[in-house]
Amino acid sequence: HLATSLPLPSERDHLRPRIDLVVFMIDIKSKYSLKNVETSLAHVDASFFLGKVCFLVTGVGRVNACSIETNAICKLGEAYCSPVLFCELELEGIRVVTAQRLLRMLQICAGHIPGVSALSFVSLMRNSDDD
Amino acid sequence: MDETVAEYIRRTVLKIPRDEIKMMLQKWGFLSEAQLETLNFHQTKDNISQEVVQLCEENSADIKQAAVLDIIYNHIYQNKRMWSVYQMKKSGEELEYFDITDFRKKFKRRLRSALKNVTITFKEYEDNAIWIRVAWGTPYKPPNQYKPSYVVYHSQTPYVFISASVLKSNMPLLCQALIVASNYHDIREMELRSHSLNSLKDIVFKRYSQNFQTYTTKPLQGGKVEPENADIRIVQENIKEKERIHRLNQEVFGSGPQPKIEFAQYRLETMFKSDPKMDVLDKKEPFRCLVKFSSPHLLESLKSLAPAGMADAPLSPLLTCIPHKARNYFKIREKKGLFPESFVSP
Repeated sequence: HLATSLPLPSERDHLRPRIDLVVFMIDIKSKYSLKNVETSLAHVDASFFLGKVCFLVTGVGRVNACSIETNAICKLGEAYCSPVLFCELELEGIRVVTAQRLLRMLQICAGHIPGVSALSFVSLMRNSDDD
Repeated sequence: MDETVAEYIRRTVLKIPRDEIKMMLQKWGFLSEAQLETLNFHQTKDNISQEVVQLCEENSADIKQAAVLDIIYNHIYQNKRMWSVYQMKKSGEELEYFDITDFRKKFKRRLRSALKNVTITFKEYEDNAIWIRVAWGTPYKPPNQYKPSYVVYHSQTPYVFISASVLKSNMPLLCQALIVASNYHDIREMELRSHSLNSLKDIVFKRYSQNFQTYTTKPLQGGKVEPENADIRIVQENIKEKERIHRLNQEVFGSGPQPKIEFAQYRLETMFKSDPKMDVLDKKEPFRCLVKFSSPHLLESLKSLAPAGMADAPLSPLLTCIPHKARNYFKIREKKGLFPESFVSP
């Protein structure tokens, strides 16, 4: 399900299946994109932040066009205990790999992989510097 | 043949891309087919132009014929020049029969009576367009062939398209000659300029696709957004919003291609409105500011703003009125009244 912002339109509530993973896409070339994500985050129920939220930063290939500091995004990821992935959609190879990673995460969040749950992502979030 | 004419022909040929020289010389028709056959178009342009000049020498070309070649070049490469639009007014409703010879005679006579040193050339095209080329001199100097003005006049319309030379002081004279020759009594410059002559014609002749307001109680089903991926597993949550934007865009811009203009300029003479607590400007004077939008194709980019998520729909009428009002230069002043809002001057 693709949406431009949250909250989702209520008239489609009955048509929606269970949500296992929310991926917030941030275009590093657009400050508006980050602001939009920040306001949408307020509409997400707290239980999602136990591994069912992920930030996907796109457009990182164009170094000259960056409008947002990666520092700011990493801080956002830390604040919401959610992983941050970086990718460049214009390169097919990276696009495919990123899709595969997201799919893998989704499988875990949906409970299709026995023995691994979404909570595992939270523990993997620990920075190696912390230890 | 005059040296200046030879040089002018040589420089005109040099402007033409090599692959098109033969075609343009054929259009010109001054050199015979036999002469054109003798030209080698596979050498450098420098050499080609020298050979052309020699052939013209054989035919004793004068500036009149050289000017026709220049018109042909500028007709094909019309988009290299900046065109302004002028509108003429008739005093009465008399439908006069347009006589091209009469027009030419009156135009030449009017111009020459004011300025002896001018070169005036006419060429008619199939779409009823009359192209006029005027090279300007002074009472003491011969006409400068390298900075001419071009006029395009469609005789059945009150519109004239002018690409002025750098020497702007000749404009009043040119305008005078036009109204005298075409039996109008007034001419005014419209606030409409672009490189694309055809687009300017589309705008004033209303040849672009306009959308007429239709009253429907339900939103039309036809406003479906084309699905880029026909993959049914992808669900667009905001499809209603996308369709609303698409529908509004269609209403405002129509579904056909937009006329091509490169910029829109807004001169603001409005009061600066800020939070009174900020106390930014003490003076109660209009805040003068110039806003210019430029793009290789301004109207198409405005049309794609809302669907791309870069602007809210509907767009400001100041932007969308450009083709309807046939203008891309605006002056915005304060409206004097109970509710100070911006007001677009005529």
